[in-house]
Amino acid sequence: MAVSASSKVMNNVETVRETLYEAMKNDDRTVILGEDVGDRGNVFLITKDFVKEFGPERVIDTPIAEASIVGIAVGMAMEGLRPIAEIQFADFIYPAFNQIVGEAAKTRYRSNGEYTCPLVIRTPYGGGVRGALSHSVSIEALFYHVPGLKIVAPAFPADVKGLLNAAIDDPDPVLFLEHKKTYRLIKGEVPGGHYTIPLGKADVKKAGTQLTVVSYGLYVHWALEAANQLETEGISVEVVDLRSIRPMDRGTILESVRKTRKLLIVHEDNKFGGVGAEISAMVAEEALFDLDAPIRRHCAPDVPAMGYALPLEEEYMSSPGEMAEAMREMARF
Amino acid sequence: MRPELAPFERHGLSDGQLAAMLRTMLLQRTLESRGFQLNRQGKIPFASASEGHEAVQAGAAMAFRRGHDILVPYYRDLGLALGIGLTAYDVLLSLFARAADRSGGRQFPHHYAARALGLQTISSLIAAQTCHAVGAAYAVKLRREAGRAVLTTFGDGATSEGEWHEAVNFAAVAELPVVFLCENNEWAISTPLSKQMGQPDVYKRAAGYGIPGAVVDGFDPIASYAAVAEAMERARSGGGPTLLEAKCYRFLSHTTDDDDRTYRTREEVAERRKDDPVPKFERFLIARGVLTLTDIEDLKSSVLAETNEATDRAEAMPYPPPAAAFENLYEGPWEPWQ
Repeated sequence: MAVSASSKVMNNVETVRETLYEAMKNDDRTVILGEDVGDRGNVFLITKDFVKEFGPERVIDTPIAEASIVGIAVGMAMEGLRPIAEIQFADFIYPAFNQIVGEAAKTRYRSNGEYTCPLVIRTPYGGGVRGALSHSVSIEALFYHVPGLKIVAPAFPADVKGLLNAAIDDPDPVLFLEHKKTYRLIKGEVPGGHYTIPLGKADVKKAGTQLTVVSYGLYVHWALEAANQLETEGISVEVVDLRSIRPMDRGTILESVRKTRKLLIVHEDNKFGGVGAEISAMVAEEALFDLDAPIRRHCAPDVPAMGYALPLEEEYMSSPGEMAEAMREMARF
Repeated sequence: MRPELAPFERHGLSDGQLAAMLRTMLLQRTLESRGFQLNRQGKIPFASASEGHEAVQAGAAMAFRRGHDILVPYYRDLGLALGIGLTAYDVLLSLFARAADRSGGRQFPHHYAARALGLQTISSLIAAQTCHAVGAAYAVKLRREAGRAVLTTFGDGATSEGEWHEAVNFAAVAELPVVFLCENNEWAISTPLSKQMGQPDVYKRAAGYGIPGAVVDGFDPIASYAAVAEAMERARSGGGPTLLEAKCYRFLSHTTDDDDRTYRTREEVAERRKDDPVPKFERFLIARGVLTLTDIEDLKSSVLAETNEATDRAEAMPYPPPAAAFENLYEGPWEPWQ
């Protein structure tokens, strides 16, 4: 992406904050609602001081009630506001499943377009932060099955800004997933001014010729680290950052796989029924005879989440080293 | 049995408005019978029942400021929808699931949406709509839309849902212009009130939320009108939410797929039928000289003719084409793989 004159280096959490701030400033219809988003300014300080500038009517501290955080946002969206609902941690989204899947995703469809639901649900997800069973889960697979939703999971600050702007502008409900380990870990150039990145467009973060790795979120960074290591060993790996999970960019994945003829999918979520299963199926349907090796998924084991103890967390999570080993095995095949 | 309707207190309602309320009640009953008839004839797969809810709904509809207030109902609100302007033809299109139905034949019958009437789209998910009503009321308050309020309705069973509690609680905290109207018909499919709650009065919970609560005879359309009008006016003038409870009864099975003989006696239903709010209101209007027996016979003929005409017109309309399944999922054309 071309870096404009006014670009600056920010981490992911600062980028979320700035993007939300601009959205609040630019459109009176925008409101933020969630637990501790007002006076506390969100548990990661994303909305710190927003309440002073925009007032408690637009930066709404809600009761601890996730179903109604989303449900009220759905009602707001149907009546012309542009709500940005926050679920404090993705692990707490389950009570809102009814409102997300049964209501938000079906509003336009069931009213045949008479009512719409332009709603963003933001939530921090993911592990590697000693978050244990209830502050570290990945939730994308629970929702990506659902027509009517869009799901975004950016990894880089510039993508965070462009995709969050696109989500806010979108006329339909978008689940915006922010990997909390990347919040302060990942810094990057972020262009100035308002821009959007279309939902459903992946991005090749590193070009390569011998193996395609598809990932999203924190694992994109680890996959890049592993791929750069393999480059020194003479193995050329292409890393595709999905960025959007629903809709998903078939064209970029297939183009890459047809070039490298090998596909490794890496994600932090459980392997069974995860996003990788859908990508594998799609590539098998569309490009089986272009492949030189079986598709491989390097994903989390089939346990509910990562334990609090460091060895349990490390057992659940992958690492750049484990990813590099998986890539070497694929390259040798 | 409940007593005959209370001494005539008009609450500002004209003879014309009283007659209009009766007409809505008669039309509701006629359309509902039509739904069951069409189902038993094998012409439609499903219909549902609101017999016993006519009085509270006619009263609530009269308290609703059409084109101004927002209604977030549930699926047993045929009379309320008719009372705020939905037509018999709309209802028949929905029963027949025709392409011209407002949901394009997607929704179950009685899941209306009509933005021009302020009638928000609903699903069958119990109490989910109460959260949407609160969100709508938040928008009204944030935009300082003076003199506008939201009315949301639900059955007694809905008050057991967590989302119902969350909605009422947030409305109380944020002092929103919304009226929660419980149409307590004592039955949630087969589950009686005694299995739904520890005491039978929903309105008493208002005290726990710190908002006004009131109970009204849901078989009395004028009393229902007065209670809803007062609560709506409080909401419109910045007085915050109210929890109202209208005591009514469900005379029929839950839907055409239910058989209430499996869980309640015919004697119970027959005993409650003696209170049927429709003939009761007819007697009342005659006794008070608002309408004559002939006027009422004319009204009944008129709603039957309207129902017949709507039935024939809707039945003659086409189903949605299969390709319509792909419209209006998102804005614009859609493909999950891009």
